[in-house]
Amino acid sequence: MGRITLDKVQKAFGEVEVIPPLDLTIEDGEFVVFVGPSGCGKSTLLRLIAGLEDVTGGQIRIDGNDATSVPPAKRGLAMVFQSYALYPHMSVRKNIAFPLRMAKMEQAEQDRRVQAAADVLNLSDYIDRRPGQLSGGQRQRVAIGRAIVREPSAFLFDEPLSNLDAALRHGMRLEISELHKRLDTTMIYVTHDQVEAMTMADKIVVLQAGVIEQVGSPLELYKTPRNLFVAGFIGSPKMNFFHGAEAAKHDAHTIGIRPEHLTVSTTEGTWKGTVGVAEHLGSDTFMHIHPEANPSETITVRVGGEFSATHGDTVFLTPADDNIHRFDADGMRMG
Amino acid sequence: MATQHSRSAARIMMAPAVFLLLVWMLVPLSMTLWFSVRSYLPLRGGDQGFVGLENFTRFVTSSAFWPAILTTLIIVGGVLLISIVFGILLAMLLDQPMWGQGVVRILVIAPFFVMPTVSALVWKNMFMDPVNGLFAHLWRFFGADPIVWLSDASVFSIIMIVSWQWLPFATLILLTAIQSLDSEQLEAAEMDGANPLARFAFITLPHLSRAITIVILIQTIFLLAVFAEIFVTTGGAFGTRTLTYLIYQRVLESQNVGLGSAGGVYAIILANIVAIFLMRIVGKNLDR
Ligand SMILES: Nc1ncnc2c1ncn2[C@@H]1O[C@H](COP(=O)(O)OP(=O)(O)OP(=O)(O)O)[C@@H](O)[C@H]1O
Ligand SMILES: [Mg+2]
Repeated sequence: MGRITLDKVQKAFGEVEVIPPLDLTIEDGEFVVFVGPSGCGKSTLLRLIAGLEDVTGGQIRIDGNDATSVPPAKRGLAMVFQSYALYPHMSVRKNIAFPLRMAKMEQAEQDRRVQAAADVLNLSDYIDRRPGQLSGGQRQRVAIGRAIVREPSAFLFDEPLSNLDAALRHGMRLEISELHKRLDTTMIYVTHDQVEAMTMADKIVVLQAGVIEQVGSPLELYKTPRNLFVAGFIGSPKMNFFHGAEAAKHDAHTIGIRPEHLTVSTTEGTWKGTVGVAEHLGSDTFMHIHPEANPSETITVRVGGEFSATHGDTVFLTPADDNIHRFDADGMRMG
Repeated sequence: MATQHSRSAARIMMAPAVFLLLVWMLVPLSMTLWFSVRSYLPLRGGDQGFVGLENFTRFVTSSAFWPAILTTLIIVGGVLLISIVFGILLAMLLDQPMWGQGVVRILVIAPFFVMPTVSALVWKNMFMDPVNGLFAHLWRFFGADPIVWLSDASVFSIIMIVSWQWLPFATLILLTAIQSLDSEQLEAAEMDGANPLARFAFITLPHLSRAITIVILIQTIFLLAVFAEIFVTTGGAFGTRTLTYLIYQRVLESQNVGLGSAGGVYAIILANIVAIFLMRIVGKNLDR
C-alpha cells in the first residue's frame, strides 16, 4: 500500500515561503514525476513527504493515516538521493543490509533479502566491494538496492540519474521503469529531464515556485497544457508562441504551436522566413527560422528525417490548424 | 609533476629545505649518540673518555626508569583519551548552527595559543592551589575538604593541564572532518531507521576515523616530549617523572651528560616504536 495525500501542505524557511499551501493525491502503485525549473521546490516537497523536513502547515497522510509528525524511518518510505548517499566505509552488502540491521531483523532473513536485491539489480559480482570502487551506474543500483530491501510502501527518488552519462541514463531509466512494473509500488520521482518525465510517469506534476501548475498524464500535458507555463515547459524543443496579430486571427491573446506541428515547404505556405541554424540529427532536422514579418523572432520547426536546408535559405511554414493552442490574456488555456 | 624535467626541478628546489632539516636533525642526533658512550660529568672531571654501553645499562637499571616509562604512557594515553572524547563532543556541538558561532569557535581554539609554561602556572595557582584556588573554593562551597591536586592527584592534574592545551587542536581537526560529512548520508541513515546513537556509531564515527588517527599521531609525538607543565607544577615529584623529565634530571640535576644522552637514545627509540605503530594504523585508515 502507498497512497499519499498532501492536504494544504505548506513550507517556509524562515520568512521565505517556498511552498504555498498545496494539495496533491498520489494513488497506490502510481509512478508520479515532479518536474519544474531549478529551485521551484521539487526536492523540498519530496523531503517533506520523506519527513526530512517539517511542514510549516497542513497534513501529510499515508494510507489514510496522519503521518505529519511521524519520524522518517516510521513512514515506511525509502529514498534514493541524487548523490546516492552510500556509506563509504561499508561494503555493498553492508550498505544494502543497513536498513535491515537497524530494524534488528534476523541474520538469515537479512542475507536472503540482500541476495534477492543483488540478483534483481545485477550487483552480485561486486557485493563485497566498497562504494568507492564502483562506477556511477553501479552506485546508483546499490542505492536502489538499499531502498528495495526494506519493502517500503513508496519510493522517493530525487534526480537519481542526473550524475550519469546519457547512455547509462537511458539504461537506468528502463531499469527503474521495469522495477516499478515488477514491484507495483508507488514511486515519486523528481527530475528536470523532459524525457524521463514523459517516458516514465503515469502522472506528471508540474511545479513552478512551489505551486502546482498542472497534474496529468504525460500525453494530457502534451496535448492540453493548462497554461502558458506548462505549454512552454513540456515538450522539447519548446513550443513556439505568437502574440499580437497572428494570435488575434484565432481570437486569442497568445497562440502556441509545437515545432513538430509545423510543415515546411520550399515553395508555399502561411509564413515566409529564412533559415537561421539547421540542426541535422539524421532522424530529425531542427530548424530555427526567422519569419519575414518579424526577423528578430525565431520559430523552431521539427521535420522528421533529413531536410536539406542551410543557413539563409527561404522556406515556408504552415501550422496544422487543429494543433494550435490558444491562451487568454492571463495565460490560461482557451477552449 | 609529470615530466622528468619538472621532477628534477622540484628536487633542486626542495634541496635547501631538505639540507637544512638534515643538519638540524643530524647534528644533535650525532652529538647525543657521541655523548651516550662517554662518561661526561661537567662538574666532576669533565669528559672522562669512552665507556662503551655502561650508560645504557645504568639508565635502564636505575629504579626510576620503568616508573618513568609507565608515567609517560599514562600521561600520553590519558591526554589522548580526554582530548579525543571531548574533542568529538565539542566538534559536534560547534557544528550545530548557533548564535555567536564565530566567537565561540575562537574561544575554544584559544588555549592552544597559550604557552605551556603560562597555562601550567595558571592552572597551578588559579585552579589547583589548595588554599586560594578556584577548585578549593568550589570544594569548600559544597562543604568538602579541598584536594591538594598537585600532590594527591598529581598525574591526573598533569593530564588535565595538558589536555586543556591539546583539546583545541583535536577539536579543530575533528570539526573540519565533521563539516566534510555529507549530510545526505546522515539523512539516508535516518530514513534507514538509525536512531541518533546509531547514526553516530555507524556514520559519523567511521567518517572521523581518519581525522582521529591524525590527531593521535601528531599529539603523541608532541606529548612524549611534555616537559614545561611538569617542570613548573610538580617538578617531577609525586610520581610525575616522565622519561623526558628523567633525562633532564640526569643531565642537569645530576650533571651526568653521558647518562642523560643514553636516556635520550631510549627516548628516540620509544618515539619511533610508537610512530611506526601509529603509521601502520594511519596507513590502514588512509588507504581507503
Ligand atoms: N534549508 C533551506 N533553507 C532556506 N531555503 C531553502 C532551503 N532548502 C531549500 N531552500 C530554498 O527553497 C527553494 C526550493 O529548493 P529545492 O531544493 O526544493 O529546489 P528544487 O526544485 O529541488 O531545485 P533543483 O532542481 O535545482 O534541485 C529554493 O529557492 C531554495 O533556495
Ligand atoms: Mg533538487
